[in-house]
Order: sequence, then structure tokens, then C-alpha cells
Amino acid sequence: MKNSNLYSGEFACLEKANVDTDQIIPKQFLKSISKTGLGPYLFDAWRFLDEGFLGKKPSDRKINPDFVLNKPSYLGINVLIADDNFGCGSSREHAVWALKDFGINVVVAPSFGDIFFNNCFKNGVLAIKISQDKINEIFSQQNQNSQKQIEIDLINQKIKIPNIKLIDFEIDDFRKNCLLEGLDDIGFSLKYETEISNYENKLKQLRPWILNE
Amino acid sequence: MSQNTLYDKIWEDHFVVEREDGSTLIYIDRHLVHEVTSPQAFDGLRQSNLTPRQVNTIIATPDHNVPTTERSKDLEGIKDPISKLQVVTLNDNCDEFGINQFKLNDERQGIVHVIGPEQGITLPGMTIVCGDSHTSTHGAFGSLAMGIGTSEVEHVLATQCLVSQKQKNMLIEISGKLQKGVTAKDITMFIIGKIGTAGGTGHVIEYSGDAIENLSMEGRMTLCNMAIEAGARAGMVAPDDKTFEYVSDKPFAPKGKDLEEAINYWKTLKSDPKASFDKIHSFNAEEILPQVTWGTSPEMVADIDDSVPVVKEDNKTLISALNYMGLKPGTKIKDIEIDQIFIGSCTNSRIEDLRAASRILDGNKISKNIKRAIVVPGSGLVKKQAESEGLDEIFKSAGFEWRDAGCSMCLGMNPDQLKEFERCASTSNRNFEGRQGFKGRTHLVSPIMAAAASLEGKFMDVREL
Ligand code: SF4
Repeated sequence: MKNSNLYSGEFACLEKANVDTDQIIPKQFLKSISKTGLGPYLFDAWRFLDEGFLGKKPSDRKINPDFVLNKPSYLGINVLIADDNFGCGSSREHAVWALKDFGINVVVAPSFGDIFFNNCFKNGVLAIKISQDKINEIFSQQNQNSQKQIEIDLINQKIKIPNIKLIDFEIDDFRKNCLLEGLDDIGFSLKYETEISNYENKLKQLRPWILNE
Repeated sequence: MSQNTLYDKIWEDHFVVEREDGSTLIYIDRHLVHEVTSPQAFDGLRQSNLTPRQVNTIIATPDHNVPTTERSKDLEGIKDPISKLQVVTLNDNCDEFGINQFKLNDERQGIVHVIGPEQGITLPGMTIVCGDSHTSTHGAFGSLAMGIGTSEVEHVLATQCLVSQKQKNMLIEISGKLQKGVTAKDITMFIIGKIGTAGGTGHVIEYSGDAIENLSMEGRMTLCNMAIEAGARAGMVAPDDKTFEYVSDKPFAPKGKDLEEAINYWKTLKSDPKASFDKIHSFNAEEILPQVTWGTSPEMVADIDDSVPVVKEDNKTLISALNYMGLKPGTKIKDIEIDQIFIGSCTNSRIEDLRAASRILDGNKISKNIKRAIVVPGSGLVKKQAESEGLDEIFKSAGFEWRDAGCSMCLGMNPDQLKEFERCASTSNRNFEGRQGFKGRTHLVSPIMAAAASLEGKFMDVREL
């Protein structure tokens, strides 16, 4: 998956710390054996008042009008500004599949659960860490003047939001390239076949109980 | 000589190559697979015409979706067709690729994190991965065990390597003697209460100190199990004689000369005396009391004799947690009434957990207020062992249901779930909203605290029993 350098669109804020992957996609949807089709169930227990299950039609659901993503002005967002430790908990990659299927391709937070963070990049979703102060500033801007325009420049590592000073962010080179180039991670690792085989030969000598049987 | 931590040593021993992009490939010794996070990975393999590189390093079992009743009916016992499809898909994938699986009707079936150690699949010094965050459990053996996502599952299947970056080192020392009635579960919850659920993010935690050394292997597994709730991807305890003795007679452990050689290697697996850690936390074991969570994140935890906090009006996170839990600020933990009891999960479903809980229940009956109390052993073999000791009878006469192995009400992907607003004393690891059932309310506790709560109908201090 190759991403463009510039992301622009609209954001919504989820002002809640420690949002775990159980909330992003509840367990009953993990029964799916596919990566697609999870968007309708993103944040299911928060977006809807009734209990959801795989295959239940959105038109049959009771919508929670108070949840931010249900507010008419945030219907088309593609960037989520979240609070500390977003995506903690379960390793379920379904959380990222659901975000992506919903149309969110950038998540910005002070910190992320480690596994969720990795999962994002494996699926072409950009996860950006910025300071808690900056996040709070974005929250309060949105609360005050319903600001929701955002532009993200991945190559130059900058976030532009009207009325807020340009925000710089850090990102590992390999993650950045992974998004920009859309690398096939497995194909890339398989280029190191010789190194892996050499390691295995050494391993058979040093710790024979690992690969025996 | 350079001074290294246990994590540094295992990392070094598994380093394969640094890729051009600056990331590292580390070699993976064992890969545990279950039905929920693997189907898309196997599909990916098929699409790229690949097969598992080292099929003998993989072990699979269905655990998340499986019913805990009617096991004799095998697959027919799975009522939900979508759950069943997932279990059948695991069977098909394992058969197609020649992967060793403990199927639903195998007595060795159970929660992945229980069966790994039970079978000697988990050994010191190994790198172990599984598409499940609680893989951290296996760190109890002095292995580097990490939960991974499905894309990474596919990557490990194809290459036997994981793309990694070296994490930072964190040391958590617990010294002194635990009070009676305080368990490994309380230690691990206490730590999370102190450092927070993001406290260990970006780190591998090594637990040390005499209170940790004195824990049984089961206790160390409980401790490391919840390293992920402290934000760390892995937790570990240096292997010692207790570890070597525990693994020696397990079916998949090396035998004879191989075992001797292995033990010699395992003995080198400890942090050097002057090894440096990026962060150190020290706690006194005597200060740890039985713990009970009151909120919707594991860090929202209190001592048994404490109360639900009084929160500031602008703290949206805490207010929404208390609303969800249906608790008033300032409520005494001991005044919280409970509807259901769940003893099980990869945190607390091993034989030692069941023994400890049954001692509290022996000769007693659960409170009339308890609507349902269930015990779900971590594996078919734990169940068998417990039955041979008569523990099932103790649980049943106290009023508990005695079930078959699986994740069960830890996450309720199977029929074992809380109803709306029901409150559960649970020995699992996550009190997230809806985790045990839509709008269900979870309080995390140790097995003996859960057993004591079942007698009282509310939380009580197990030290007073
Ligand atoms: S018992 Fe719970 S935490 Fe453990 S593997 Fe199963 S679902 Fe995950």
C-alpha cells in the first residue's frame, strides 16, 4: 500500500485516555476471518446503544447521538486525534482494520499501545506521537471553534491546523519509508535468506533443542 | 567486560541481521497460534505462495471461541456458526501446512499461554511470539515472549523472524516478604496501580527481588502475564533452579545430554551485576495488600480496605469509568456487591490457582446473592489434575460450575458472558468496558479474593479468613 505524502482532511477528537482495542473493535467482531468489512463496527459499543454482532445492518442499529463520530459535523473525518495510550490492550489487528475500513488513515496521540502502533504501519495507517500539551491544545481549539481542518505532511513531518502553530513530529525512518514506498515487509525480509539460513545453522550447533524434532 | 541485562542477552542471541531500513530481524524460536488472530495470516501466506519456514516451532490450539460445556460433542458443541467457522478454519490451516495442533477434543487443548509452559514448549532463553498480547506470560521462564499482530504472525510464519526494534530496559524490584493472603496477582496489579498502564510502554520489564524469587512458577506466570497491562510488550524473570526443575520433565523439553547443555546455557541468563537499566522501580512487598480494580482500566485499582476515589469534575476518563461501573465516588470496596464469579483465564487458571481458591471454599457455600460462579481450568490437563485431587468436588459443592478449558468469560467470545450491568469478581486481566459482556462490569482480583467474594456476595479481605 503506497500512501501519498500529504494527508488532508478533517479530524475528530476522542478525549479519553487509555482507549483500548476492545473499545475500538469489540470481541464479537473478531470472529471474522477477513480483514475487511469491520468499519461499520468501529467503536461499536460507543457508537450504538444496542449490542452489535457481525452482519447486523447499520440501518437496524440504535445510534448513540452523543458519540463524537455520530455528530453530523464529523461524519466524513479521516483523522482521529486521541488521548494518551491509545490502542492499549489486546493485540487484535482488527482494531486497525476497522479504523481503516471506516476511513480513518491517521491517528495522532501522545502515546500508543506498542502492538497497535506496529499494526497501524503494517496496514498503511499513519500513527503520530505528539506531546500531551499539543494534544490538549488541539482538543481545546476544537471545543472552542469547531476547528476540524487538518493537513499532514509526512515527508517534512509537520501537522498544520488553522489557528495552531505548525506542529513538528518525529517518526522512524523505516516506518516513514514503509508508508511512502508501500513496502512488502515479508518480501523485504526474504531478501535476507542467506543471513537467516546462516543463523539457523549456527543455532543448530549452539542450541540444538530449538530446531530439533 | 560489558554488563548486560537478561533482555540484552536474549536479544543478542537472537539477532539475525539489521535490514537496510534500520530495523532488525530477530529469530523466533516458538510460535503459538490460535483461531482468532491467524486466519488472515494463513490467507496471506497462500496468496504469496509461501509456507511456514520452520513448521516444528509452531503449536496451535483453539481457545478463545470454544464453549466450556458439552466438550464431548467436539465441534458440534459450538453453537455459534461464526465461532465454529473460525475453529474449523484453524483445523484446515493446520492440516494444510502440517502444523501440530491440540484440537478441541485433545486433553492437551487449553489457553495457549497455559499449554506452552505445561508442555515444555516454553523454555528459558527462547524468543516466543503469539498473536495475542498476553504472550508476555512466558517471560516467567526467562524467555523473551511478545504478543504480535496478525501481519506479524504472517511474517513470522514466512521468515521465522520478527521485525523488531530494541526496547528499553526496565527493572522492577519487589523486596521483602508478602503478607499472608497476598499473591502474585496482587503484586502485578499493585505495580500497574503505581506505574500506570502506559508505565512500561517501550520497555521490557525484568522483575526481580526476593519476593519474586520466592514466587512459584505459576506465580511468576501470573506476574508476567499482566506486564502487557503495564504497557510493556514483555515481562521477564531470570530463570533459576525452580525454573529448571519445572521444565525438566515436560514433554517437549530437551532430554538427557541436551537438557544438561540447555541448563548450562540457561544459567547464564541473568542480568549482570552492573547491567544498566533505563528505569528502575522498587517496591516493598510488605506494603502490598489484596488488590481490587474499581474502574475500566487495570490501573484503576485499590487496596481491599480502600474506597473508590472521589474524582475531580473535569476528569472525563475517571468519570466515564465510574459511570460505566455504576459506582459512586467514595464507595468502600468492601461494600461492592457482586453478581458473578469467574475463576479462570491465562492469568489465573493453573493448578495452583485452583488449589488456592478451593481451600477457601472447602466446606462452604457461595452467597445467595451470587447468580453464577464458574471455574474454567486453563487446559484439559489442569482440569484432569484438579479432578484427581478432588478440587472439582469442592467447587461444585460450594455452588460453582465446573467447566472445560478455554478463555471463556475472560473475553466472552463464547457463550460465557455477563448480562447488562452484572458485576463480576474475575481472576482475568482486563476490566475494559464490555470485555466480559455488553455493559458488564468487571472487577479484577486474585483467585482467593474471588473465592472469598463468592462466600460473602461482596468483596472481603481474604487476610481476615
Ligand atoms: S484468557 Fe483472556 S487474556 Fe488470556 S488469551 Fe484468553 S482471552 Fe486473552
